[in-house]
Order: sequence, then C-alpha cells, then structure tokens
Amino acid sequence: MAEDRKYRWVGTRPIRHDGVDKVTGRANYGADFALPGMLWGKILRSPHAHARILRIDTSRAEAMEGVKAVATAADLPEQRPGGATDLSNNILARDKVLYHGHAVAAVAAITAEIAAQALDEIEIEYEALAPVLSLDAALADDAPILDTARRARGMDDTGPTNIAARVDFSRGEPDQAFASCDVVLERSYETQTVHQGYIEPHACVADTKADGLVEIWCSTQGTFTVRSLTADVLGLDKSRVKVTPSEIGGGFGGKTTVYLEPVAALLSRQSGRPVKMVMSRDEVFRATGPAAASRIELKVGATQQGQLVAATARLWMEAGAFPGSPVQAAAMTILAPYKLDHLFIEGFDVVVTKPKVAAYRAPGAPQAAFAMESLLDELAQQLKIDPIDLRLANAVAAGDQLPYGPRYKTIGMKETLEAARDHPHYSAPLGENQGRGIALGFWFNNGLNSSAEVYLTEDGTAVVVTGNPDIGGSRASMAILCAEELGIDVMKVRPIVADTETAGYTDVTGGSRVTFATGWAVVNACRVIIEDLRRRAAQIWECDLEQVAFDDGRCLPVEGSGLSHDPLSVAEIARKMGSTGGPINGQAQLSARGAGPGFATHLCDVEVDPETGHVDVIRYTAIQDAGRAIHPAYVEGQMQGGAVQGIGWALNEEYLFDDEGRMENASFLDYRMPVASDLPMIDTVIVEVPNPIHPYGVRGVGETPIVPPLAAVANAVKHASGVRMQSLPISPPRLLAALQEQAAE
Amino acid sequence: MSKLHVETIINGEPVEFLCEPHTSLLDALRNEVGLTGTKEGCATGDCGACSVTLDGRLVCSCLVVAAEVAGHEVTTVEGVAEAEQLHPVQQKLLEHAGLQCGICTPGFVVAAKALLDRTPDPSETEVRYWLAGNLCRCTGYDKIVRAVLDAAAELRA
Repeated sequence: MAEDRKYRWVGTRPIRHDGVDKVTGRANYGADFALPGMLWGKILRSPHAHARILRIDTSRAEAMEGVKAVATAADLPEQRPGGATDLSNNILARDKVLYHGHAVAAVAAITAEIAAQALDEIEIEYEALAPVLSLDAALADDAPILDTARRARGMDDTGPTNIAARVDFSRGEPDQAFASCDVVLERSYETQTVHQGYIEPHACVADTKADGLVEIWCSTQGTFTVRSLTADVLGLDKSRVKVTPSEIGGGFGGKTTVYLEPVAALLSRQSGRPVKMVMSRDEVFRATGPAAASRIELKVGATQQGQLVAATARLWMEAGAFPGSPVQAAAMTILAPYKLDHLFIEGFDVVVTKPKVAAYRAPGAPQAAFAMESLLDELAQQLKIDPIDLRLANAVAAGDQLPYGPRYKTIGMKETLEAARDHPHYSAPLGENQGRGIALGFWFNNGLNSSAEVYLTEDGTAVVVTGNPDIGGSRASMAILCAEELGIDVMKVRPIVADTETAGYTDVTGGSRVTFATGWAVVNACRVIIEDLRRRAAQIWECDLEQVAFDDGRCLPVEGSGLSHDPLSVAEIARKMGSTGGPINGQAQLSARGAGPGFATHLCDVEVDPETGHVDVIRYTAIQDAGRAIHPAYVEGQMQGGAVQGIGWALNEEYLFDDEGRMENASFLDYRMPVASDLPMIDTVIVEVPNPIHPYGVRGVGETPIVPPLAAVANAVKHASGVRMQSLPISPPRLLAALQEQAAE
Repeated sequence: MSKLHVETIINGEPVEFLCEPHTSLLDALRNEVGLTGTKEGCATGDCGACSVTLDGRLVCSCLVVAAEVAGHEVTTVEGVAEAEQLHPVQQKLLEHAGLQCGICTPGFVVAAKALLDRTPDPSETEVRYWLAGNLCRCTGYDKIVRAVLDAAAELRA
C-alpha cells in the first residue's frame, strides 16, 4: 500500500549522482570504449528495398591486407522454428533483403577505413523485386509478398499475405448502438514513419574468447536483453554472454533490441580479436527501428448532450520488414480512457519493405490518441461542448473496465483534465491566426522483473546496485528511495548500474518501469537491511526484536517497551558490523504488477502562418499524473521531452522514400527534429494521485507524455486556421495545400 | 602514405598526434588524443554533439580537418572546468536537471560557454537561436535554456 507520510528526500531535487561525469565529458558512452588489439567492424547494406540474394562472394574482401574477418548469414546458426529467425535475418539477411539498408555482410579489419574499403570488394548478386512502401501497397490484391511462407496470426488461413497478425476487442453491440446516437462521426487518420532520434548512434565492442565466452560492452536499454538476444542469434547458452552497459545516449525504446552486438561477437570469434562497431547516423535512420506508420478508421457515436455511446476502430500499422508493429497496444489504448458500452476494435500488423520498427515511447498509443483525440475535438465543436468538459463527462474512473478486460484501480485521469481546465493557460487570450488544442493521453505503464542489491558500507553510507542503464536520471531516483528508507543523506548513497554478472536479472529500461519496479526492488532491499539493523540493535541491547523500532535512520526502543537506550544510528550499527554478525547487505527481486496507468492532458497554442503553412508552437503546458514524483525535476524532464518529441511527430518528422524505397532524408539536417529555436518553454504540472499498490505511490512517467501532443497540436492548428489535418505531419507544404483548398471552397 | 604529424594546443596544453590528411578533428580527438568527451551524433555538422572551440570560435569538430588545427588552440568539454571547479554552465545544467541521457551535454556545455563568453546577458531568444545547432532529444530544451540563462546571471553577478 502507498504510505501517506512526510518524506525527507522523496520529492526533492538533488543533483544526479552521475552528473559531474556527464557535464565534464568523463562519462563513457557506447562509442567511447576500446580494448587493446581491437578491430573495427563495418556492415555492408542492401542497395535494394526488396530483392532476392542470389550469390555472395566475399573472397576478394577476405584477401585484403588488414581484413581479419568477413561474416554473412551463412556464418550464423539456422534458427529452430519459433526461435530468433526474424531477428537473425534482420541482423544479417539470409535469402532476401527487405529494406534499403538491410545488413547483408560484415567485415572486421585493423582500421575502420580498411573495413569500409573491404565492403566495396564484396560481390553480391541480387534479383530486384518490387518494393512495398505503404499500407495500400502491402494490402493490394496483387501486392508483392515479403514472405510467402508466412500466414496471418489471428485470421483464418489467408494464403500468402503481408498481414502478419490481426487482433480484436469487442463489447456490446456497437452497430445497433450507432442507430440510437444523435451524432456519429466517422473519420480516417494517418501517420508516417518516424524515428526515435536518439543522438547517440548504436555502438558496441564484443570480445569472444578462445573458450567461447562472449563479452560485450554496449549502449543499450537492456543488458539482459542484449545477453539473451545475442545468445539466441549465436546459438549460445545465455551464461556464455556477459554484457556491460556503457552510459546510454538516448533510446526511447529504440535500444531494446540488438543490431550490432551478435555481428561483432561473430566477427570477434572469427578473428580472435575484440571488434568495435559504431553506426553512422545514416545507418541509424536507414536500418534501426523507426516507429510505425499507421492508418486508423474511427467511428464514434454520442448523444446530443455529449455522452459517448459507441465506437468502432480499425487500425493498420506498418511493422516494417518483419512482424511486430505495436498495433495491439494501439488497439488496447485507443478507447481506453472513455466509458463506452459498445465498442469494436480491430487491428492489423502489416509488413512492408521498410526497416523493422522498434519500440518508441508508448508504442502505438500516440498514433491511436491522434485519431481519438482529434475526433473528440471535432465532436465537442459540433456539439458546442467544451472539449475538456466532454472528456470529463466520459472519463473512466476506478472500477471501469478497459476494452481488453481488466478494471481500473485508482487513476488520475479526471485530475489531469481538471488541472488543465483550471490552468491559466486554458483561459489565456489568443491572437490572430492562433489557436488552442487540448488532448488526453493514456498509457498502461509496465512493471516486469527487477533486482536490487544494497550494500551498507562501514561508515553507514550505502551502495545501490541495479541492472538498469540510467537513461534519464534514474540513478538519482534509486538513491532517493534508498536514502528515504534508510534515513541517510541522499548524497551518501552511491547508485551503480552494473553488468549482467553483477546485477541480478532485470528487464529493460523501458515501459516507464525503472523508478516504479526497480525502485520498488531497492525499497525492498533496504527493508531487508532495516530488519537486519533491528536484529543487531536487539543483540546489542540484549532485548527482543519486537522491542526495537526503526525510524528516520535510527534503531530505537519501541514506545512502552520499558527500554531506555539511546537510539543507534545506521552509521553506529554499521561500525559494529563485525561484532554483530558481519556485513550488512540487502537483496530483493520482484515481478512488479500493478504499474498503474498514466494519464496526461496537454494544452497547446499555435500560430499558423497563412502564407507559408508554417506552424509555430507558442505556448505548451503538459499535465500528468505521476502517482508520486520521486525526483520532480526528472519527472518534468520526461514530460517536456515527450511533449517535444510529439510536437516533432505532429509538425515535421517523417521518413521520405523514393519510388525504389530509398530513404531520402536520412540525416538530422533533412529529417529535421525540433531544435531549441522552434520551441517555447514547456510548462509542466505534476498531478499526484498515488498508485495504491506501490510503497511510494509511484506510477511510470516516461512514456505517457508523448501520447497527447500529436492531437493537441492538430487540434490547435484546426482552431488557428480552420483546417483539420487528419494526416501527419502538419508540415508547411501539406498545411499550405490544405489552406489553399479551404480557401478555394 | 605516411601519416601527418600535428602539433597543437588542446585545453591549454601542447599536444602532438598523427592522423591521415582527411581525418576529422572529431576522430583525432577521440581516437588519437583519447579525449572522448567530444561526441559524434552525426558526423555531418547537424547535431552539435562534437562542438569544440578553435581559437575561441565555436565549431563542429566533425567538419574540421584535424591537420588544420596545427598551431591553433582547441578547447573541448574536458577543458571547460578548472580543476575541480565546474564552470557555471556545467553547475547550472546539473542544478536545473538540464540533461537526461547526457550525450548532447558536452556539446551544449561548449556551445553555451562560447555564447556567454561573447554575450554575457543573452535573452531567451538569443540562447535558443545560439543553441539551435545543438540537438537534444531528451529534454525539449526547456531546462537547458533555463540553465544557460541562470549561468549567465551567475557569471554577471
């Protein structure tokens, strides 16, 4: 149960423990690691978006001076059915290439230059096939099929298809219920492929020893995931692979899989030398997981008073070259925030000849919310109801059932809407060509598996060891939770991110789970120590354990116990560890359930330039239920960063492909993410509706903030210009065309 | 072909290194000199993660040919703090939580210091335009801009 008490460290803003290293350039990221005798690895990538590989000849490359290893898919073990076939084929293409930039071969050489030259000496004969670059192209009757052996999961045998899977959720009788509605809106929405855009390219060093042990140093959101996937691809036991995390330069979900690590380990095995591989920015764009493009057909019926009655949604999402779009999550979230007695949701996972998508912050939810929150905005306008009031009138609360089955526990949806309604931003005046949009976001949040060890030092300070790479200040959160539990100074806690053989098993830094789940493990490990400290105090005082309490960093006699000892601090007991039973360590692990959904409401003001179609975001407020903000500055940071990624998704970001399937804007200059001069300050309001299951009331906060902005921006553009953009991005040429169309009507 | 021998000043100290004629300053700093605080985000001058100053002028080290720094002075992120004393830009970035993953931070530190060296009292707009060449994907820039404005105020005090 979340405990209601006064906190000394929770809710404060200490300087992060890894901060000095990160502002002075000392922190080591993926590309900063080196070993003696290290080779440089490079990957040869497909010049075709879709082609059969007829022949690979690596002999000329192998013969080059300085080249120490050349690898292709032929050097990887065949996967068992149900094994890591798709992953293996994505890392090194086996029979077909399925996107421009798909890895085909790899070289390790004594310098990066020789490795690059060797790539040019590899001969590959392709039979080019027609690319499949959109949902329409993939679903056409005569579409080229990416994998003729694949059948759609969740559908009767369709024969060869580019549909990889179908999911559905239903409740009530929506078709009949629409007939009773006063108003029914039916709209279609589209979003394009976008990239997570982390600034640090993927990088690793792998060293395969003569005994077959593999050591990997890399930038990843999940060291245990890298261990597992690398072992799977190489056909090794997981205990044969050790992964040490570097600092990580952003991930947003994009570093929860592997691209380079198994290849580097393979090249290292072949050459007997450590191998370093670092992607270029071009490779990151072309060949690592973007987020799925989507099309959503949404139909919502309501009464004249604004009560939602029924909704149906059909969603198609591009998985890229291999199955695995987040369409199921999109389908689960699209109607989740609203009370609806009648609904039907159907989602399709569709393969296309683009890079395989990876997770991107609340995968699937931003696209889904873009549709639903845009439609609700239109509905509110049509019914002449305030858009926040419309959402409040239909908001789910504890006890309401989610479209996929479970019931909500305590949530903060209404609280974020009310905070938005009461915020001065919501009633501030607007000027010419300016408009305001609001949108809501929902995300499940995740728990998963975490371990933590806490080691008390001889002077009563503490070392906290976990296996979650710190991607946004989580070391500080772990330290705060430890300091709060043990009643010691937060700056006397040393939070460590450890390798896979030092930390206990821990799932990825993702799913907004680290402060929630790994933090919970830290709390439990501290409580093991507290029990031990009480036992030692009882031993020192020669009394019963029940007569010793622990409060604010001290063991003291329980009131009414009749004992009159001076309290013993953590430090005092730590100094006596040798005479009271030895070292004082706490260890805990859990499979955390009850992550507690996150809700956010965003307010966005834009100004539209009617001459150019340029949209300027002039004011933005992000409001979110954090359950309890352990380190509020980093909670705000998640809210601000997620909002700005969403603004980029809404306004400008998209993959542009030519007819042959080559990405035309594979650079930061041409992909054009938001820069400082594009933006205003991003105001934040942290709402705290404690998660009842967590000892500190924590809910995950990292993903929810990217859910509302797509619709918040689009709704603001509508109110600024009169044009409702149902296809993203709202880039100047697209909006200008829409404005001109509107003027012509 | 033999490598070029370059003598230069990096962070106030004389440094010699060998490089190819086409080696970038970024690669020379990271791979030859061992100063890995300067980061590569793109190698095409679009992200600012590799920002350094060359004779006091802010540049992307990925766009500078290493051999050209012979006889000039380079300052990297490793040269911004004086011994144990953080520069106000560094201290304020920490206090404002102006970094999340931290990969862009060295570039922002160097770029922001270069701004404040020439413009002690910048407006928010000036800060935003000066830093428009430095990409950050984590923070949405809010806390970075606040930190730089706060650092400017402290330097003026």
